[in-house]
Amino acid sequence: MNFKPVLLWSDALILLLLAVVAAGVWLLRHNETFRAPLRQVLASRMGSATALILAVYVGIGLLDSLHYVERLPDEPGKAAQYSGEVKSVLDKLLTPLREHVEKTYSAPFATHLYAKETMTGPDGRELRDYPRLKHGGAHLADPDTEFWPDVLKRGGLGVLGGMVFWALLVFPLWKRGRAHSALAWTLLCVLVVTGLLVALAPHYHVLGTDKVGQDVLYLSLKSVRTGLLIGTLTTLVVLPLGLGLGIAAGYFGGRVDDVIQYLYTTLNSIPGVLLIAAAVLVVQVQIEAHPELFDTAAARADMRLLALCGILGLTGWTGLARLLRAETLKLRELEFVQAARAFGVSRMRILARHLLPNVMHLVLITVVIDFSGLVLAEAVLSYVGVGVDPAMISFGNMINGARLELAREPVVWWQLVAAFLFMFVLVLAANLFADQVRDALDPKAKGRA
Amino acid sequence: MAKIAFAILAACVLAACTQPVNSPYSAAESGGSVLYSAFGERPKHLDPARSYSENEYVFLGNIYEPPLQYHYLKRPYELEPQTAAGMPTVRYFDAAGRELPADADSARIALSEYEIRIKPGIRYQPHPCFARDAAGKPRYIPMRPEELAGIDNFLDFTETGSRELTADDYVYQIRRLAHPRVQSPILGLMSDYIVGLKDLAKALAEAAKAQPKEAYLDINAFDFEGAYVVDRHTYRVRLKGKYPQFVYWLAMPFFAPVPEEAERFYRQPGMAAKNFSLDWQPVGTGAYYLAENEPNRVMRLERNPHYREDFYPAEGAPGDREAGLLADAGKRLPMVDRVVYSLEKEDVPYWNKFLQGYYDASGITSDSFDQAIRMNADGEPDLTPDMRERGIQLATTARPTLSYMGFNMLDPVVGGLSEPARKLRQALSIAIDYEEFISIFLNGRGLVGQGPIPPGIFGYREGIEGVNPVVFRTDCAERDSRSRGNDGGCQRFKRRPLEDARRLLAEAGYPNGRDARTGQPLTLYFDTAASGPEAKSRMDWFRKQFAKLDIQLVVRATDYNRFQDKMRKGSAQIFEWGWNADYPDPENFLFLLYGPHRKVGTGGENAANYQNPQFDRLFERMKDMDNSPERQAVIDRMVHLVREDAPWLFAFHPKSFGLRHGWVKNVKPNLMSHNLLKYRRVDPAARAAYQARWNRPMLWPLGVTVALLAGMIWPAVAAYRRRQKATANA
Amino acid sequence: MLNYIVRRLLYAIPILLGVNLLTFALFFMVNTPDDMARIHLGAKHVTEDAIEGWKREHGYDKPLFFNAGAEGAAKVSDTLFVEKSLKLFVLDFGPADDGRDIAREIKTRMWPSLAIALPTFLVGLLAYISFALLLVFFRGTRLDTAGVILCVALMSISGLFYVIGGQYVMGKLWHWFPISGYQPGLDAWKFLLMPVLVSLVAGIGDSARFYRALFIEEIGKDYVRTARAKGLSELRVLFRHVLGNAMIPILTGVVVVIPRLFLGSLIIESFFGIPGLGSYTIDAIQAQDFAIVRSMVFLGSLLYIIGLVLTDLSYTLVDPRVRLE
Repeated sequence: MNFKPVLLWSDALILLLLAVVAAGVWLLRHNETFRAPLRQVLASRMGSATALILAVYVGIGLLDSLHYVERLPDEPGKAAQYSGEVKSVLDKLLTPLREHVEKTYSAPFATHLYAKETMTGPDGRELRDYPRLKHGGAHLADPDTEFWPDVLKRGGLGVLGGMVFWALLVFPLWKRGRAHSALAWTLLCVLVVTGLLVALAPHYHVLGTDKVGQDVLYLSLKSVRTGLLIGTLTTLVVLPLGLGLGIAAGYFGGRVDDVIQYLYTTLNSIPGVLLIAAAVLVVQVQIEAHPELFDTAAARADMRLLALCGILGLTGWTGLARLLRAETLKLRELEFVQAARAFGVSRMRILARHLLPNVMHLVLITVVIDFSGLVLAEAVLSYVGVGVDPAMISFGNMINGARLELAREPVVWWQLVAAFLFMFVLVLAANLFADQVRDALDPKAKGRA
Repeated sequence: MAKIAFAILAACVLAACTQPVNSPYSAAESGGSVLYSAFGERPKHLDPARSYSENEYVFLGNIYEPPLQYHYLKRPYELEPQTAAGMPTVRYFDAAGRELPADADSARIALSEYEIRIKPGIRYQPHPCFARDAAGKPRYIPMRPEELAGIDNFLDFTETGSRELTADDYVYQIRRLAHPRVQSPILGLMSDYIVGLKDLAKALAEAAKAQPKEAYLDINAFDFEGAYVVDRHTYRVRLKGKYPQFVYWLAMPFFAPVPEEAERFYRQPGMAAKNFSLDWQPVGTGAYYLAENEPNRVMRLERNPHYREDFYPAEGAPGDREAGLLADAGKRLPMVDRVVYSLEKEDVPYWNKFLQGYYDASGITSDSFDQAIRMNADGEPDLTPDMRERGIQLATTARPTLSYMGFNMLDPVVGGLSEPARKLRQALSIAIDYEEFISIFLNGRGLVGQGPIPPGIFGYREGIEGVNPVVFRTDCAERDSRSRGNDGGCQRFKRRPLEDARRLLAEAGYPNGRDARTGQPLTLYFDTAASGPEAKSRMDWFRKQFAKLDIQLVVRATDYNRFQDKMRKGSAQIFEWGWNADYPDPENFLFLLYGPHRKVGTGGENAANYQNPQFDRLFERMKDMDNSPERQAVIDRMVHLVREDAPWLFAFHPKSFGLRHGWVKNVKPNLMSHNLLKYRRVDPAARAAYQARWNRPMLWPLGVTVALLAGMIWPAVAAYRRRQKATANA
Repeated sequence: MLNYIVRRLLYAIPILLGVNLLTFALFFMVNTPDDMARIHLGAKHVTEDAIEGWKREHGYDKPLFFNAGAEGAAKVSDTLFVEKSLKLFVLDFGPADDGRDIAREIKTRMWPSLAIALPTFLVGLLAYISFALLLVFFRGTRLDTAGVILCVALMSISGLFYVIGGQYVMGKLWHWFPISGYQPGLDAWKFLLMPVLVSLVAGIGDSARFYRALFIEEIGKDYVRTARAKGLSELRVLFRHVLGNAMIPILTGVVVVIPRLFLGSLIIESFFGIPGLGSYTIDAIQAQDFAIVRSMVFLGSLLYIIGLVLTDLSYTLVDPRVRLE
C-alpha cells in the first residue's frame, strides 16, 4: 500500500453521523409516517432539485473527509515512512488545481498575472509588464490569438461530455417513466458545469488565484467541507439542547423553567469571544500536551474546528430554546393539550404528539437560518481574531481576505464572488429544501397549491 | 479701509465654512491653519515617563520637550539641542572618583557624569496646576472636595497659569521613572545605568506601601544620587560606567521635564475618577498642548501660546532646497494653529476620506497600493495619473527597522551552533524567497535584509559589499558593463539557486527533506500569534517556501499570551519578530543577539536565544566605541558571524511610503523625531478648493431610487387589487 | 403576576453571581495577571519587577478564588473574585486597568450607540414585518419565490460587505454622507443616516425570511380561513389575525434586545467610527482590560435579565391565554 488512511476526529464524527443516518433510514424504511413526507418532498419539483444540489455538496464534503498520507519512497533497511502532509480523496482528484500555484493574484481565465512586475527581457533590458502565469493557459504559445479558440474548444468538449453523460444516466430511467423532469434538468445543469470544469480547470484558473497564487476554485471546493461541518455539527449540538430544554421549560414551568432560564441567561451573558477564546485555548493546551496525537497541521486545525463547533453549539441553542419555550407557553393552554391532559395522556406523549408537531415550523426555520448564519459566522469570528485555524481553508477565511481585496484598485473580486456563489447555492438549496419539508410535514397544507 | 478688509476677510471665512455636505468636521472645526489626521487606537498613556509606543509619541513628541532632538532635515540622523543650550558635556571618573580623560579606556570608567544646560526663559503651556490666586497661592492645590465635585470637564478649571521651565523639572522626571504609581517601562533598563535609581525605586515602593493609597508620595524627599540640579538652568545625570548611547535617550520623552505642580495637582483625591491625570492631560513646554482629549472620537492639539523662540532650520540634507524644504528657513515655529486627530479604526474609510481631502496625509496599505503608485520605466515608484491630478505628493524612506524570521537556538532541531544545524538554517535562508515576499505582501516596499543593521544606521553597508554571501551571490555577465560599478566590480547579486539550499540541507542530514538516519520526513514548526486574513496568506506563503525543500511546515497559531509565553520559555521553534530602532545606533540592533540578553532565563530582547562567545566579546567592545572605521571593522566581523550562524533570517527592512495633499508643506519623513508638527505649514484655501471639487454630491441616484421604488410599488398594488378581487369572487 | 416578576428579579442575584464566576474563570484562563501586566506595560524592556509592581498597583496580586494563606473567612473573602466583583452589585465599576473611569465612559458612549440602534430597531421591525407580510400575501407566486431568493442572497453576504458597499456607494461615489466619523449634537444626523441604512439592509434577509415562515404557518390555520370566509379583506386578515397569532415568536426575538439597544454594534461602530459601546467589550478583551470586561459583562447580563422579564410580560399582553406562575 502506498498510502495510509488517516482518521481525523471530524472524519470519525462524519462517518458516525452517516452510519446513524443510514441505520435510521433502514429502520424506518417501512414506517409510513416517515416515508410519506419524504416521498412528498422528493416528488415536488423544488424538493427533488434542491435535494440533488445538497447531495452534490455533501458528496464533495465526504470526498474531502477521506484522508490519507502518502508513503514516501522506501529507503533500504529502514522502516516505511509516510509524508507528514494529510491529503483527502478530493485533494487527489483536484491534484492539478492544487499543484498549479502561481505567484500571486490572477484573474479568472487569465494567462498573465494581475500586477506588473519588473522583468528582464530576452535582450537583457529591464521592463515592467504582466508576466505569464506558470500554469494558467501555459500551453498557449500566443494567448492573444489562441485564447478564445482554445477556451471554446475545451469548453464545448466539456459541455458535450456532460450532456452525453447525462443522457446515458437519464434515458434508461426516462423510458421507465421514473425520472422526474425537474430533477433531470438539475442533473443536466450539474453535469454540464462539472464537464466544463473538468475540461477547463486543469488548464486555466477558472475562478482566478488568490494572494499567494492558490487556485480559487480549489479553495472554494475545499471550503465546502468546513462550511458543512460547522453548519451540521453545530446544528447537531443545538437541536437536541434547544428542542428538549425549550419545550421542557415552557411546558413544565416552575423549577424546571427556572433552571433552564438560569442556564441560558448565564450562557448568553458571557461574551462569545471570551468563551471561544477559552475553548480554543483548552484545545491548544491539549494539543501541546499530546503532540503525538496532533502531529500534523491537519489534525491541529481539525481539533480547533471541532472546538469551535462545540462552543458555537453550546451557546447557540438559547435562541431556539427561548422561541420554543414561548410557543409552548401558549400551546399548553390550548384546548387540545388541555383535553389530552384531562384524559390522562402521559406527559411524554403530549410533548411528542401534540406539542412537537406544532413547533416544528419554528425548529425548521431556525435551524435553516442558523445553518446559513453559521457558515458566515466564522468570517465575523475571524474578524475579532478567534475564527478557525488560519491554515484551514474556509469560506470565512476567503471572505475575510476578500474584505481587503475589495479595496484594491483594480479590484480583486473573484475570491469574494466565488465564496458568495458557493455559499449562496448551498444556503439557497437548504432554505428551499427546508420549505418543502415544512410543507410536507404540515398536514393542513396538503390541500393547498 | 480696515473695515472693508475685515468685511472681505469675514466673507472669506464664511465661504470657507460652507463646506461640502459630507464633511466629517463641524463648521467650527474647519477652516484656518489646521492639520487633519487620525489615530487608529486610542493612546493608552500620555505620561512621558510611562508611554513607550509609536502611536502615543505622535502626541507626546509635540507636547513634551526632552533636552535634545534630531535635526529635522539632516541625514543620517543627527542629534541637536532642543531645550538644551548646547549638547551635553560628559566627564568620566574611575572607581576612586578621579576624573579621567575623554579618551580613557572604557574598562576604567566607573562613572560618567552628563551635564545639561537648558535655555532660560522657556515657559510651560497654560495649565490649572500653575494657576495662582490673588494672594499668590496655588489656586487648585489643594482643592476642596466640594469644589472638585462641581468640575466635570477639564475645561471647567477656568483659571490657568504658567511658569518658567527649570532644571528641577528634568531631575524630577528622572525621579519619576522610579515612582511606583507611574510604572515606567524603562525603569528596569535605566536602573542598570543611572546611579541609585534602583535604590530609589525600592525606597519609594516601600514608602508607598506604608501609606494609604490616595496619599501623596513626595518623591523629592528621598535620597537620589543619579541626577541633581547645579543651578536654575543646569542639571547633571550620573551613570554607571560608560554608556555613550545615553544621549539618544535624552531625545526621548522619558527625559522630558515634568513640573512637580502637575503631580501635586493630579494626585489629589477624586481627580483620577474624573480622568484628570498626567496620563490624560499632559503639561508640557512643546509647540502644542492637548486642548481636547476625547479618545473615543477626537484629540485636538492647539498651539502653545507660551512657546519659546524656535525657528525653522536653515540648512538641510542635499536636495532639500530643491524640494522646497528650506523655503521657510528661519521662520518662527510652529506654523499651524491647530491639529485635529479623529478616531479611524479601519483602513478603508481612512483612505477614502484622504482622497476626499478630509485627511492631509495617508500611508499606503498593501491593498490601495496599485491605486496610488505605479512603477515607472526604471522600476522606481511613482504616483498614478489620478493621484497627480489630485495634486498628491509622495515621500518614501527606508525605515530603521528590521523584520526577521528567528530560529530558537535552544531548539534541538533548528537550534545550536553545530555544523548540521547551521547548515539547515542556511538552507532555509536561501529557500525562503523574501524578494517574492516583498513583492507580494509589501508591493515592493521593502529592502531584502542582508544583516542585522538596517539602512541609515552606522554599520550598514550599501551595495555589493553589504550583500550576505551565505544567501546571495554576485550575478554579472562577463562583459555586462551596466551591472558593474565605477571600478568595474560586479554590482548585481542574486539569491542562490535552490540547488545550493538542497545541498546544504543534505549536508545538514536531511537529504530531500528526510532525516538521513530514520528516513522520517522533516517537519518544522512555525509559532505565531498573528490572526486574520493577512496572516492567513502569509502562512500559506511560508508553507509554500518550506515545501520547496520538501520540508513540511506546521503553523502553530496561538493567542498573543501563549506565544509570548512560549518565547519566554524557549519552546517556540521558528517565529517572526521585528525591532524598531529606539535610537540610530548599531548597538540598538546588535544587542538583540547579545548572549547575556537571552530571552529564556533573563527575559531580555534576544528572542532567538543566540549565544556565541565570540560575538558577545565583539559586542562588548563595539558598544562603547565612537563611530569610526575601527567600529565599522568590529561590526563587520559581528555581521559575518551572524550570517554564518544564521540564527535569524534577515527578512526585510520596510520602506515607508507616505502620501500627502499638496496643501501640506514642509514634509520630510523623519522616523526618529516625534516633534514634527511644528515644522508643517498648510494652505487652507487650496484645501477648501479641493474639498469643494471632489465632494459634489450626486443627486441622480436619489431620483432613480425613488423612481425604482415607485415602479415596484405600483405593480404590487395592482396585483394586490387583482388578487383581492379574485379571493372575493372565490 | 407581581409574584412572578419579583421572583424573576430575585433570581437575578444567583445568575449574576454565576455569570461573574464564569467570567472570572474564563478570563483568567486566557489571560493570567502576568499576561495582563505585560500587555499594559508594553513590549520592550519589561522586567519581572515591573510586572510585580503592576499587579500590586492594580490589585491582581491576590489568588483568584481561594486564598490558602489567609485565616478563616478571609480564605474566601481575601481573594480577587470577592474583591473585584462585590462592588459590581452596587454598580460601582471603578477605573479601568488603563486608569479611565468606566461609568463615565459608559455614560458618554451609550448615546451614539443608542442613536444608531434605536432607529435601526424601530424602522427595521416595521420594514421587515411589512416585507414579510407582502411576501406572504403573494405566497405561491413568482414574486414570493423571488422574495425568498432575494432574502437568502442577502443572508449569504457577510455583514462586513454591506458596510463596505454602503461606504463605497453612498460615501465614495455619491458623496452623500461623511464616510465615517461622528459629531455630537445637531450635526449627528449626517453621520448616523448611513450606518442606519446599512444595518437595515443587512438585517432584512434573516428577519424577513424568519417572519415569512411564521406567517406562512399561521395562514394555513383554520381560523384564518374562517376569517376570510367571513369576508374580511385580505389585508385585515394578515394584520389582525396572522400577525396577531405569530406575535409570540416575534416578541421572543424582539423584546429581549430592547434594554440592550444602547450596547451598540461592533462592526457598524468600528467601520463608521462611531464612539459607541459596541466595541468596548471586544476591545477590552483584546487589550486584556479585565476591569472593563467584568463591568460590561455584568451590565450586559443585568440588561438581559430585564429583557427576559419584559419578554415574559409581553407574552401575557398579546396572548391572555399564556399564564406565568
